[in-house]
Amino acid sequence: MVSAGPATESDVREILRSVVDPDLPFLSIEDIAILRDVHLDEGGAVRVSITPTYSGCPAMDVITEDIVAVLTGAGFVDVAVDVTYAPAWTTDWLSDEAREKLAANRIAPPGPIGVVDEVLCPACSSHDVRTVSEFGSTACKSIMVCTTCREPFDHFKAI
Amino acid sequence: MNTLTTRTPLATYVVRHADDNVILGQRLAEYISRAPELEEDLAVANFALDHIGVAQHLFAYASAVEGDGRDADALAMLRSEREYTNLLLVEQPHADFAEVMARQCFFDAYQVLLWRRLSASTDETIAGVAQRAVKEATYHLRHSSGWVVRLGDGTDESHGRMQHAVDRMWRFTGEMFEGDDLDREMAALGVGVEPADLEEEWQATVDSILEEATLTRPADPYQATGGRRGLHTEFLGRLLAEMQWMQRSYGGLTW
Repeated sequence: MVSAGPATESDVREILRSVVDPDLPFLSIEDIAILRDVHLDEGGAVRVSITPTYSGCPAMDVITEDIVAVLTGAGFVDVAVDVTYAPAWTTDWLSDEAREKLAANRIAPPGPIGVVDEVLCPACSSHDVRTVSEFGSTACKSIMVCTTCREPFDHFKAI
Repeated sequence: MNTLTTRTPLATYVVRHADDNVILGQRLAEYISRAPELEEDLAVANFALDHIGVAQHLFAYASAVEGDGRDADALAMLRSEREYTNLLLVEQPHADFAEVMARQCFFDAYQVLLWRRLSASTDETIAGVAQRAVKEATYHLRHSSGWVVRLGDGTDESHGRMQHAVDRMWRFTGEMFEGDDLDREMAALGVGVEPADLEEEWQATVDSILEEATLTRPADPYQATGGRRGLHTEFLGRLLAEMQWMQRSYGGLTW
């Protein structure tokens, strides 16, 4: 346990900061808003709700296992993870910090939903970019290339 | 209503939509590494992943509703051809890339409308899956319709092949809007939709895609049917044989 007294929900959230998206290991599940809710009852049972970014996101099983592993490792005996679907995950939930981390890792962050996405090259900040493939290495990204510096990069799709 | 599949109307309704997605997911997975370029292998793999993901969530929900101990894997892997209730369109094999995209485009146009309506379902789980899936279907449609247009309005060769693909898939599109007693029951409860209500907008969407693609809308009025009652084309059995082989041969195996 983190604190000396009885564990609180914020202790649980603090522990969960070490659980990352396996495809974007610089983002915690809280950064990327996969973590939806944490509930700790009086008996010490923890229920964690997560939501998938995409219906077929293959990372959900690994994330579930990681959550159970870190919480069990921290002394929680009764840990359950459930997957919620509503409301549907959106890139609008990404924090500014998460967007900065994406850019720092050469992944162009998504723009706001509903406006034309103005993508900047994460290497040279040029606006002069084009899509190479609408689908990339993971469901959440497309592949683009910068026409100015010629650097190929991933773009986190706004959905 | 197909009583072979599941016992409760809600589970039966959920399973038919799961069936559409798992079967198309399997068909698309067959095509990975056979696309004309790497980007399209990625696209097809992503389509497959989204469809299988939707199916997984819906099968899990049907299993919970039914509560008879059959889990999502059992529903996907241990039901036979006659117990599957997917639309005939999604089980159709593809001879080339044009057929992959024609089938996808017709189905995406349907799913965009279906999920949009189901996003307002009174059933929270169905609404949640639909709100997630409508975004994916919209992105899929942009891609698949883009290829129908590019190939249709392309060279003589690509135009001919896309027209052939549209002609071949067309007879399996009418079934999407048929509707049966279960659809009506679910629509009356606010859980589901009447498929017929989606038809007009689907026709308008597809007409404008075909027009932009300089393709001719097929005139043949014959439409095949039977999928929702478990009566399939000869192709589903072979697809299931491949998909279910591991679970059938080594019952209960896990990774």
